[in-house]
Amino acid sequence: MSTVPLIETRNLNMRFGGVHATRDVNFKLSDGELRCIIGPNGAGKSTFFKQLTGQLRPTSGQVLFRGQDITGCQPHVPARLGIGIKTQVPSLFNGLSVWENVWLSACRVYPKAKALEVTRDTLERVGLTNLQKSTAGMLAHGQRQWVELAVVIAADPGLILLDEPAAGMSDQEVRRTADLILEINKSHALIVVEHDMSFIRMIAKMVTVFHQGAILTEDLPDAVMNNPTVRQVYLGKKAA
Amino acid sequence: MLDIQQLHAGYGSIPVLRGIDLHITAGEAVGILGHNGMGKTTLLRSIIGALLPTQGRVQFNGQDVSRLAPNQRAKLGMAYVPQGREIFPNLSVTDNLRMGWVKRGRASAQDIDTLLDNFPRLKPLLERMGGSLSGGEQQLLALARALAGDPQLLLLDEPTEGIQPSIIDEIADTLTVLRKQRSLTIILVEQNLDFIASVSERVMVIKRGQITGEIPREHLTDLDTVSEYTGVSSTP
Repeated sequence: MSTVPLIETRNLNMRFGGVHATRDVNFKLSDGELRCIIGPNGAGKSTFFKQLTGQLRPTSGQVLFRGQDITGCQPHVPARLGIGIKTQVPSLFNGLSVWENVWLSACRVYPKAKALEVTRDTLERVGLTNLQKSTAGMLAHGQRQWVELAVVIAADPGLILLDEPAAGMSDQEVRRTADLILEINKSHALIVVEHDMSFIRMIAKMVTVFHQGAILTEDLPDAVMNNPTVRQVYLGKKAA
Repeated sequence: MLDIQQLHAGYGSIPVLRGIDLHITAGEAVGILGHNGMGKTTLLRSIIGALLPTQGRVQFNGQDVSRLAPNQRAKLGMAYVPQGREIFPNLSVTDNLRMGWVKRGRASAQDIDTLLDNFPRLKPLLERMGGSLSGGEQQLLALARALAGDPQLLLLDEPTEGIQPSIIDEIADTLTVLRKQRSLTIILVEQNLDFIASVSERVMVIKRGQITGEIPREHLTDLDTVSEYTGVSSTP
């Protein structure tokens, strides 16, 4: 039996002048899967995400979402089809409250009454109810990460891309974010880019490693962390 | 070198720092640990002058700098690497570094080359626009730009954020070398416990806008102990 991947890239390439940011990336993710992506700085992880969301038009290759070719579409097309992204640096409406940020996202896909209900439920799910009246721009960085996560899931996307969701969080907050992601994964597929290896261990089932724009390896977390090349180019001397 | 007395600061009517007392001697490296929203970034912003105190005093090398603007404090020898990097995206790496050098005059190519001896990963990227660098490369650039001004006091807000594990080790080593070479004083806000333990001589805990204690470095490897120090509630 053949099933169509939720998202698939075929020979995806991106060049910026002389810089080859992604090289022949062939990637598949099934519905309901949680995949972690790791790799050195400059390996092409964020560029890869931007190609999936339409923020960058690939130099060559294809992006297919539920079998539909979305290569080079304007960003609103993947968003409407159900790809949500939490970017590396949170991009919220700083002058609006936490509630308003999440409600605006819910309004994009739900009628007004339902959007209110979804906003309330999402804030509770992410643990932000106590901060709902706070102005987003006044929050600490880690709190803003949670708000952006709430903004993404309020629109109920089929695929959630998270770029460094644990950045700037204390150990306890990292553990809480990991629990939240595992809970979200019960109903959504996710791709998570992260450098915090303790966080990767908490959530990862399968890990894809990028290096110099290409996929270096895809394997289970322990196998990846024991891979000599991964240790050399990424993990370094304190590798677990 | 730095003497902070009963510092209060906040945003509008919202108080964040509620009487911080902190004394740091020249050449010391002090880590600040705490959950999100406890005032870590606000403390650094208050020290550099991006946020003026509502009460209290900041003294730097015996001079009261509490009402000075950030550029005046930078001239006195402070440098700040904010969370989120804030490099100039439309300037080249070289020009970003020249901006960091500006208080010392005009940087020559040799000056930049020497500066980057501690950041060899940036050497092949000199002509690239800052905004085209990866997140981790931007973080390294922000750190190198801060050091370009040859500061006495370096304020670092989560410098490992977005950086791959092996480079985090390199940055820890670089900061340790710089501290010895230049007698650099460092205040480090960081969530990476290995990093804060390897760079800092002592680690202070901030909770609800106050310094509530100090964690011995050897206790940083025990996550449960760290949780006890920083408080059990990480929920907002």
